[in-house]
Amino acid sequence: MRNAFAAEVTAMAAEDSKLVLLSGDIGNRLFDNLKGSRPDQFMNCGIAEANMMSVAAGMALSGLHPIVYTITPFTTTRCLEQIRIGVAYHNAPVVIVGTGSGLSYASLGPTHHSLEDFSIFRAIPNIRVLTPYDAPSLRVVLREAVGSGVPTYIRIGKKGEKDLVPQAEAVGIGKTAVVRQGVDICILSVGTIGPEAIAAADALRGDHGVSAEVVLVNTVKPVDHELISSLTKRFRALLTVEEHSTNGGFGEYVSAHLAQKDIHVPVVCLGTRDEFMHTVGSQSYAREYFGIDAGSIVTAAKECLSRATGSTR
Amino acid sequence: MPEAPIQHGLDSLTSTAQTLRHRIIKTSHESGTPHLGSCLSCVDLLVFFYWQLVSIDPKNPTDPARDRFILSKGHAAPALFQVLAERGFFERSALEGYGENGSLFGEHPPTPNALPGIEAATGSLGHGLPMGLGMALASRISGTPYSVYAVLSDGECNEGSNWEAALLASAQKVSNLTIAIDYNKWQATGRSDEVLGLSPLADKWRAFGWCVTEIDGHNFQDMADAVAKNRDDPRPKAIIANTVKGRGVSFMEDDNNWHYRIPTAEEVDLAAKELGIEA
Repeated sequence: MRNAFAAEVTAMAAEDSKLVLLSGDIGNRLFDNLKGSRPDQFMNCGIAEANMMSVAAGMALSGLHPIVYTITPFTTTRCLEQIRIGVAYHNAPVVIVGTGSGLSYASLGPTHHSLEDFSIFRAIPNIRVLTPYDAPSLRVVLREAVGSGVPTYIRIGKKGEKDLVPQAEAVGIGKTAVVRQGVDICILSVGTIGPEAIAAADALRGDHGVSAEVVLVNTVKPVDHELISSLTKRFRALLTVEEHSTNGGFGEYVSAHLAQKDIHVPVVCLGTRDEFMHTVGSQSYAREYFGIDAGSIVTAAKECLSRATGSTR
Repeated sequence: MPEAPIQHGLDSLTSTAQTLRHRIIKTSHESGTPHLGSCLSCVDLLVFFYWQLVSIDPKNPTDPARDRFILSKGHAAPALFQVLAERGFFERSALEGYGENGSLFGEHPPTPNALPGIEAATGSLGHGLPMGLGMALASRISGTPYSVYAVLSDGECNEGSNWEAALLASAQKVSNLTIAIDYNKWQATGRSDEVLGLSPLADKWRAFGWCVTEIDGHNFQDMADAVAKNRDDPRPKAIIANTVKGRGVSFMEDDNNWHYRIPTAEEVDLAAKELGIEA
């Protein structure tokens, strides 16, 4: 996704002279093409993210289309006040891009994890929260976000993510993609955890005789309420999975929505636990550690369905 | 195009500033709005910027080619509101009901969308300069010539974001950015040189690569000279304005109690006399 981001931004900059990419001293060589072709539209703001975010807000208020790019914790929690005030309060159309989100940088430890961002951003007015799951979905939402006039946070992965939906079928902001059709349980997969959800659905079908639908979600705010309500009419159970804390995550949002609408359907929400991970390892290892890998999804889905069977509905 | 600054004689600025001081004090009394000392120390700077320097048309306050002015020390908004009204961004009558439920006018500036003339909703310190830097850079990137001005407080220089901005402005050789630091030697709870090691303030900005001038922040000629002298300097510019907190009213001057105190009706009358304002 990282490389797709760099290539797409470079192409967009050639079409939009107002686009400016602000980088927090990362992406060594990643933006060489942009720097070479459009030097005025790239600025290394150094390891000074608070200033970078306010600079972007000032640029957006002056009519430019700034994109702020660095590793997710540093473009979110490191400069949260600048986001809240400069970007959100001023409704300044900055596009904030966090790279290496979730547990992408599991090997770097919790300083480089981002498992709180949905929760934090959801509570801040005016700002849209996007979480594309592959390169094609990133390209589409990025193009929609830049120049849209809406402050937007885009949480992306690192590199090497497989395409889950062909580019021609990639959907935009607020739209979902069904990548496995099913009838028993619906797995709402948020962002880059998609491959785990798909592997789980395939295992449920092949090994357990369970027909699971997989819906890929690219937008955490605003949430499509109608979609969630409609899914409860088609499925006996819902499962949400995200590479993010269960506290304040997408799953909590779905649960709250269903509760407030008096919709009674078994829901299980998978996300990371309320703890920092003190050991290092691969992203796969970290997903297993927190129980959001394919195997954990399979187990949780079966359990959720057993609750559904036992319910009166 | 935005209109050129009015360029009144410097003498008339003094009388404008005294009039505004009185209105600020009276409004503080009527509305219970604090930060009088902070307002009175920077009102001369605001008057200088708005009447002598900032190129902006109050009738077209969103002109892309306008100069931008940011009151980064947002707690002096009671001074800024009086300046904007006097300068014609909105009617003075808009200030009636100041601080009441539903009013736009309180302790800090609202967002630009909410009130003409505001460029940044400050109040949390350390945001105005970085946002202004973004605006100054946008001028260069978009090829629209304009200047950006900001007034900071000395206490505000505690915030690290200012120094991040100082580094980037220097690296990017941002010449269309000028800040004035209202150096009144106080912050909320103590002397600004004692709370954190602010001194030597001018040397700090010089060391960060800025063009620095130290002036008397209540002397309009000093301000005009500082601007004229450095107009063509390619560096970002910092004016260290030595000021007196509570300036203009003897019993408020250099008394930090007036960071929060609200004047009584008698004190408003006393102040008016000292400022030469007819009752």
